[in-house]
Amino acid sequence: MAKKVVVEATINGEQTEFLCEPRQSLLEALRDILELTGSKEGCLTGDCGACTVIVDGRPLCSCLMLGVEAQGKTIETVEGLAQPDSLHVLQQKFLEHASLQCGICTPGFLMSAKALLDHNPKPTEGEIRYALAGNLCRCTGYDKIVRAVADAAQTRASGTGRGGRLGSGPSASEQTERFLQGQEVK
Amino acid sequence: MAASAKAQGYRVIGTRPVRHDGVDKVTGRAKYGADYSFPGLLYGKVLRSPYAHANIKSIKVDKAAALPGVKAVITADDLPALADKMEQAGEQALNLAQLSANILARGKVLYDGHAVAALAATSPHIAEEALRLIEVDYEVLPPVMSVEVAMKPGAPILLPGLRNKDEGPDKQTNVATHLQFKRGDLNEGFKSADYVVEREFKTAMVHQGYIEPHNAVGIYNPDGHATIYCSTQGSFVVRSLSAAVLGMPEGNIKVVPAEIGGGFGGKTTIYLEPLSVMLSKKTGHPVKMTMTRAEVLRATGPTSGSTIRCKMGCTKDGRLVAAQIWMAYEAGAFPGSPVGAGAMTIVAPYNIPHLLVDAYDVVVNRPKTAAYRAPGASNAAMASETVIDELADRCGLDPCDFRIMNGAKEGTPQTAGPPYRRIGFIETLEAIKSSPHYKSKLEGRNRGRGVASGFWFNVGLQSSAIVNIHTDGTASLVIGSVDIGGTRAAQAMIAAEVLGLDVNNVRPLVTDTDSIGHTDVTGGSRTAFATGWAVYEAAQDAVRQLKERAARLWEKKPEEVGFDNGQFVVQGDGVKPMTVKELAGRLARTGGPISGRATVNARGVGPAFATTVVDVEVDPDTCKVEILRATVAQDVGKAIHPGYVEGQMQGGTAQGIGWALNEEYFYDDKGILRNSGLLDYRMPTCLDLPLIETCIVEVPTPGHPLGIRGVGEVSIVPPPAAVANAIAHAVGVRMTELPMSPPRLLKALLGKRGSAETQAAAAGR
Amino acid sequence: MATVVIPAQLRKLTGGKDRVSASGRNIGRLIEDLERQFPGFKEQLLQDGDLKPSIAVSIDGEMGTGGILEPVGEDSEVFFLPALGGG
Repeated sequence: MAKKVVVEATINGEQTEFLCEPRQSLLEALRDILELTGSKEGCLTGDCGACTVIVDGRPLCSCLMLGVEAQGKTIETVEGLAQPDSLHVLQQKFLEHASLQCGICTPGFLMSAKALLDHNPKPTEGEIRYALAGNLCRCTGYDKIVRAVADAAQTRASGTGRGGRLGSGPSASEQTERFLQGQEVK
Repeated sequence: MAASAKAQGYRVIGTRPVRHDGVDKVTGRAKYGADYSFPGLLYGKVLRSPYAHANIKSIKVDKAAALPGVKAVITADDLPALADKMEQAGEQALNLAQLSANILARGKVLYDGHAVAALAATSPHIAEEALRLIEVDYEVLPPVMSVEVAMKPGAPILLPGLRNKDEGPDKQTNVATHLQFKRGDLNEGFKSADYVVEREFKTAMVHQGYIEPHNAVGIYNPDGHATIYCSTQGSFVVRSLSAAVLGMPEGNIKVVPAEIGGGFGGKTTIYLEPLSVMLSKKTGHPVKMTMTRAEVLRATGPTSGSTIRCKMGCTKDGRLVAAQIWMAYEAGAFPGSPVGAGAMTIVAPYNIPHLLVDAYDVVVNRPKTAAYRAPGASNAAMASETVIDELADRCGLDPCDFRIMNGAKEGTPQTAGPPYRRIGFIETLEAIKSSPHYKSKLEGRNRGRGVASGFWFNVGLQSSAIVNIHTDGTASLVIGSVDIGGTRAAQAMIAAEVLGLDVNNVRPLVTDTDSIGHTDVTGGSRTAFATGWAVYEAAQDAVRQLKERAARLWEKKPEEVGFDNGQFVVQGDGVKPMTVKELAGRLARTGGPISGRATVNARGVGPAFATTVVDVEVDPDTCKVEILRATVAQDVGKAIHPGYVEGQMQGGTAQGIGWALNEEYFYDDKGILRNSGLLDYRMPTCLDLPLIETCIVEVPTPGHPLGIRGVGEVSIVPPPAAVANAIAHAVGVRMTELPMSPPRLLKALLGKRGSAETQAAAAGR
Repeated sequence: MATVVIPAQLRKLTGGKDRVSASGRNIGRLIEDLERQFPGFKEQLLQDGDLKPSIAVSIDGEMGTGGILEPVGEDSEVFFLPALGGG
């Protein structure tokens, strides 16, 4: 067993230092060393997205990154979304729309959705589905998740509580078409 | 009383409050089974068979036990031998010897991934390394991977002691059970038919696909008591089955249910729980075990693949007259497929006078199947609902109208004979007919619309509930029903409705097997129905006791006190009404704290029907099927929290679509599972589905105080057939295999084009 | 007398009849009466003194929860069926 390594990273806005073995994934480091169990293990192969965190502004599967690779990086997990006295608008909308049933995929979806809205504040339904395609949910059929994200975007943009722009914009398959043709996908 | 609750408009029931555990779940604070940690925790891992079928000649564990960090290694020899017969274990009929052998193989491995040994170490990585040091000597046997091979004379035998009634006590067999249902005279029936359609279907084995793998933390105390923390659909099942497998008294095990990341029936049995306790016993430490995704797919119960021959006949004006079905379901390594349910659901929505169903439960070298959302019914509906679609086409009838004409109503006999009570099947068809989806025109090439219906029995079983009235006038609600999909909120809403409280002033608590009375699984579409009934009665019990206290304060008789709109009232004297809050502040002086309690063994279960319509577009070159639009109508009796009821309907529809288009277990010719990961076991993503429209139909279940009908399962039954019917109308091929993945659909389309071209060429000559 | 609807695979014990009359104030006594009329019935339905775990009973359209103690009315219609679970 190789010696443990000291890793320094900014996690949810806090300068953090932890020890981990080189063979441990970032997911393991978050859950077992830092006790941030909000990110979940679903597959360990990057296929389900339950472990999604945001690293230097990009959403990625923490099961596919080593803990030691967190050195010097800025990491956001679900534990950092809410303020002490208020939820993030995405968290609020997920609750209002009943977008979670068992809830195990919810942290991953929230992080992917946050990354989407941070880059694209007014996504179409197709863009929402595209951005969330790496997160699997087995309970909801995604309907209420998509509605919640659209509503969150609308709420942030207008400051009102009205619903989002569903059914407008390019369809999900057109989105994929554009991507495959090398066109820019916003 | 039931009547008064129903007669009034509801104040809380039917609204959409934020669920009580919601904030914990969106902030990552909620604790699922794998999130638990304890001082001195060890990590357990399981060694699994690399062969589909083999005798175990020997297992040597000494090298593994010697690896630094490894604290204990166990095999089946560490578990007691159990009786090889069917027993009542919890509410299930089980063969405990087979359950134990599935948890740790005894003498023989029966599927790729079958557990052979387990060990505990100071880190999960050391545990994994140690597994490689366990030496197992296998005598490899030929694998039996399909019901056809298993049922052939001379097939390799999986379980030497298995017998069935047909073949007698001396014949070794892979057929565990043959069930038959018969009504009327089949020959007469088909004679009177103008149209007959007969097809053979094959459906592939599929997995429930919950995102959270199985987990358990076992803590054994030197006094012989143990605690298990785990994600499960039934903490009482975990207790009774673990106790049996371990040879411990049931009362010595406490099961604390963690939050659960999906189950769909797959977490109503046990795999890791007794192993974690046994390893804890041997090491003196808490032991945590989790499965990897590959282990989940290889070694936990998927649902059966099946072969179904379905022949149905109708008159030319669309009356179904006869149905003959032969069905064989894969049980996996041990008997217990849901073929019985398949046989009893296959034509359940219809009134058919002449019927013969032969159903076979067949063992094969695949994992032992476990329940999956309306177990057995989706396979069956794929067959019957597509045959019915063909008959409707032949008669020139709209598919909804055909079903309405033949649809089961109150009094129609079910397959096994008993007559239906009040049901809502016809209402779901009418809801679909009048839906915006069905009324819209579908235009465009290679596009088609398909309809299918489904049935599920739902179950009742036992539940317990306690309602505590606190001195500040709020209430806490204690139940044993694990919350997989928002049921905690619904239970609190029922209690709040009865008590006249704001829903946020009723705090629901799902608790362990010592803190609440016996409660059966969260599954079988029973939680809102049965636990809801117990909660309703417990809240009524609290109200009765509160009335007595009000009477004492007012110096009246309890019968004179009324409770209306959250207030206690009494006739005359200008006495001011009293709220629960006001009364709660005076409990000490009127007799002490108040807890309402109730238990049920729920009767009068209302069965569920669903009808689903889908529009598809088939890409003619790749044969990828896009779901353009989907609508599901379901009779739910009474929707307590419509948001979570819609969620159940949408979730079942999504799983059914995955079952229809992409999901299948792929074994090679050695019986090894080749797609034990979520990339190649392909479940629907966000990009694969449209918004799913829902029509909640409410036909109350007679006798239930709120009219609730179980809602969780039936929505998974129609989609495979609905998609198949849509494909048929889109491109003119009748698919008879699931999944209808691009390669299969392409083959069928090319075959159709080929024969069409051959015919055209022949005609042109 | 209650009417008992005979499952297809047990009709060989009743000479092919699919409906028979039997008496008994509960399922246990009913099964004893069936055994008197058609020997061999009991061992198909009972194990260790109660209904086999794989057998359920419906009386007048409602599933019984009392096993052999489930009451049977004067004119009840009784069905024996496979027991089922859910998921």
